[in-house]
Amino acid sequence: MLELKDLHVYYGGIHALKGIDIKVNEGEIVTLVGANGSGKTTTLRTISGLETLKSGNILFKGKDLKKVTASEIVKMGISHVPEGRRVFADMSVYENLEIGAFTRKDKSEIEKDIQNIYSLFPILYERKNQSASTLSGGEQQMLAIGRALLSRPELLLLDEPSMGLAPLIVKDIFDIIVDINKKGTTILLVEQNANMALQCANRAYIIKNGKIELEGKASELLNHDEVKNAYLGG
Amino acid sequence: MIMEEIIQQIVNGVSLGSIYALIALGYTMVYGIIKLINFAHGDIYMIGAYVGFALTTFLKLGFFPALILSMVICAILGVIIEKVAYKPIRNSTRIAALITAISVSLFLEYGMMYFFKPDTRTFPSLLPDKQIKIFNTDAVLDIKNVYIIVVTISLMLLLQYVIHRTKVGKAMRAVSLDRDAAQLMGIDINKTISNTFAIGSALAGAAGVLVGTYYNSINPLMGVVPGLKAFVAAVIGGIGIIPGAVFGGFFLGITETTISSLGGSLYKDAVAFAILILVLLLKPNGFLGKDVKEKV
Repeated sequence: MLELKDLHVYYGGIHALKGIDIKVNEGEIVTLVGANGSGKTTTLRTISGLETLKSGNILFKGKDLKKVTASEIVKMGISHVPEGRRVFADMSVYENLEIGAFTRKDKSEIEKDIQNIYSLFPILYERKNQSASTLSGGEQQMLAIGRALLSRPELLLLDEPSMGLAPLIVKDIFDIIVDINKKGTTILLVEQNANMALQCANRAYIIKNGKIELEGKASELLNHDEVKNAYLGG
Repeated sequence: MIMEEIIQQIVNGVSLGSIYALIALGYTMVYGIIKLINFAHGDIYMIGAYVGFALTTFLKLGFFPALILSMVICAILGVIIEKVAYKPIRNSTRIAALITAISVSLFLEYGMMYFFKPDTRTFPSLLPDKQIKIFNTDAVLDIKNVYIIVVTISLMLLLQYVIHRTKVGKAMRAVSLDRDAAQLMGIDINKTISNTFAIGSALAGAAGVLVGTYYNSINPLMGVVPGLKAFVAAVIGGIGIIPGAVFGGFFLGITETTISSLGGSLYKDAVAFAILILVLLLKPNGFLGKDVKEKV
């Protein structure tokens, strides 16, 4: 479904991605694991058109995304939950969800989808008229995911959904990610929390200094000595 | 007698304030979305007045058709200015953008002088010369004041509706809150910035026609001082915040007329800028602004 071929990206003069190759097949959860500054976020931002690539290709359903603008990419079926959640702080929860459906025109279907998000995250229904800035970190993460789902993506990019959240809430969020995947959305998940990410993913890539170090089945990498030492705390 | 004087000054203050508010709205909307102080904004107001003048003098249009057409033409002009002057430098430094804005301002002022003469022109009388007594006192309400206030309030209500209820408005709010996140929602940034310039410039154009009909005289430099005052108004209310611009506009208008009526008309500009300095010292985010701490 998504294929990154020899991706090179410069980020303010720094050679951030040095030839990344990643493949995501339909229906999978693929995770990209790595330390701070290894290029995880840059990879996702390049896929959604927020960064421009120097060379290489991004193919989504066979189409090259090189010359496609960020807003067009959303219409093609990729939705991105950015690092740090980035909900619209001064807008209400409802408005945030509504703006997630910006590319769509089917009003009654949008309303139905918003109700579905409320049943997936009941807390959002309780807080629907509150401004997003009043939500807790976990609630904001739920809102960011709900908002991203409203464009009805085929591929969901998730950037560190566990960041800054309590372990119990992290577990909830990952359960929901698996649930979303079961309902038919392909997922590319970027994480520092390698343990959680590898447990829920089908396949995984380990990224280091802008290069893919290792790739394979998530269950195998979970028991890989090198991965254990570097990312799973021995 | 005192009571009448007060009522009279309030009417004058509200009229002047609504002009400031209309111009300040454009400043604040553009700042909110691209963090640029568009110093050419006051000159769009001047062009609005000239377009109104041309439509009413040469084409003999009435007040409302001239007002609406002038708003449309200013909207188009605003979009062109953004595309030609500001878009190419969108990712360069703030100071470069500011200098560009000042250049655009001078270009419009002296371009108008070159092509349409620097002379002051007389704006035709469009509105009936009628005065209404207020509450059986001797205070009089000029029908022109009524037009200014009613048109301004209607435009503000319309703007409020656009910003909160329409897709265009929601996109504008989203882009001003978080540009990257807005793009990830599928919002087209370029289109949204164009829309912002169009709406802001249309409001300035409306202010130009209103002032033309009120004071009956226009000239190519008429936008300079009101432009600066509107900028002060936007800062007083909190730049980037839409209700702040309205508040700042009325606040400044009423303060100025009060100073004038107390015999200090020579100092009214000084007072306006003194208020700016005080606001910047005491409440740098404006009266309606929130204290935002920069996250490190």
